[in-house]
Amino acid sequence: MPSLSPDLQNLLYIIASVLFVFGIKMLGKPESARSGNAVSALGMLIAIITALLSEQILHWQWILVGLAAGSIIGALAARLVAMTAMPEMVALFNGFGGIASLLVGWAEFQKIYSAGELMSASYYQVFIILLTVLIGGVTFSGSLIAWGKLSGTVPSRPILYRGQRIVNGILVLLIIGFITFLTGRLDLTGLENYTHFLFIAALALLFGVLFVIPIGGGDMPVVISLLNSYSGMAACAAGFVINNNVLIVSGALVGSSGIILTTIMCKAMNRSLTNVLFSGFGSVSTSTQGE
Amino acid sequence: MDIRLVFILVLATFLGFELISKVPSQLHTPLMSGSNAISGITIVGALLSLVGSFSVEGNVTRIILGTLAVTFATINVVGGYLVTDRMLRMFVKKEKK
Repeated sequence: MPSLSPDLQNLLYIIASVLFVFGIKMLGKPESARSGNAVSALGMLIAIITALLSEQILHWQWILVGLAAGSIIGALAARLVAMTAMPEMVALFNGFGGIASLLVGWAEFQKIYSAGELMSASYYQVFIILLTVLIGGVTFSGSLIAWGKLSGTVPSRPILYRGQRIVNGILVLLIIGFITFLTGRLDLTGLENYTHFLFIAALALLFGVLFVIPIGGGDMPVVISLLNSYSGMAACAAGFVINNNVLIVSGALVGSSGIILTTIMCKAMNRSLTNVLFSGFGSVSTSTQGE
Repeated sequence: MDIRLVFILVLATFLGFELISKVPSQLHTPLMSGSNAISGITIVGALLSLVGSFSVEGNVTRIILGTLAVTFATINVVGGYLVTDRMLRMFVKKEKK
């Protein structure tokens, strides 16, 4: 199969990015919202086709398996979900986007590792991979908990315990510590580095859980919107890992517009974002709000 | 690090900040769902991790990771766009009434 020239690829990625911009803009207005979604879907199709034609495909059978399985599961889930259960379905989809970014980062780490290039890899290169894994991991586990709280799998009341802030604080310090440690000692080749990498991924997943459990079920839509913004940032970070414009642009678009949407949603509830995220710690009053 | 990528990142971030201002509250969830589908753009990264040549060693792990990434990202993209469309179809019907 012929592969596209880098210039043509970038041109197509620009077209896709422009369609995303128009798509988001149109989604914000009632009369154009539905066509906005279609415009953005067209952008996604162009981006996917460009990626498929960008190089000689070596593992087409696995790409086919992934695309087919994902399409069937995604289409069935979107079609079968009850109207009332849509927000939690969005949370679930969002989590899958997060884990996909994590896996892209992991695959890149694996590539550097198995090629024995970890020693010569730059700090930046490893740091950005770890950042992708971190944001992707938090998005994934956080979204799963948000889904659980809305669907009743996880108790929707804020889950609080003594010293929660201290535990979360220690976890953040641990993550920062491990990332600094791993980017700082790549000269030590061998299994330890891989173990540390997996440890960081595990800590990110744990942090996502601890970040969402103290928030009440009624506030989940805001949390999902925030996690949606995170999944954009994860895609953006993945874009830096593989040097890809379209990932950076669309990831940043979703990341920043997601933050704005989150604050708008908070305002509609007459709350501030900090109030939503940390209110569970002060009082348990949030749990009484309906869903 | 390619500084031009940072340039793109900064501009796209500002664009995202400006892109949505007044959104009617009924559109909050569809907008969230629609931009969630866009964040599935990581599918390009997932596909690229399976496209092109790379070292033979560690191939199996990379193929597993890549295939899983493609699957999850596809669920995000396909499911995200379809569920958003379903929400909006409902919304348009309500408006007409």
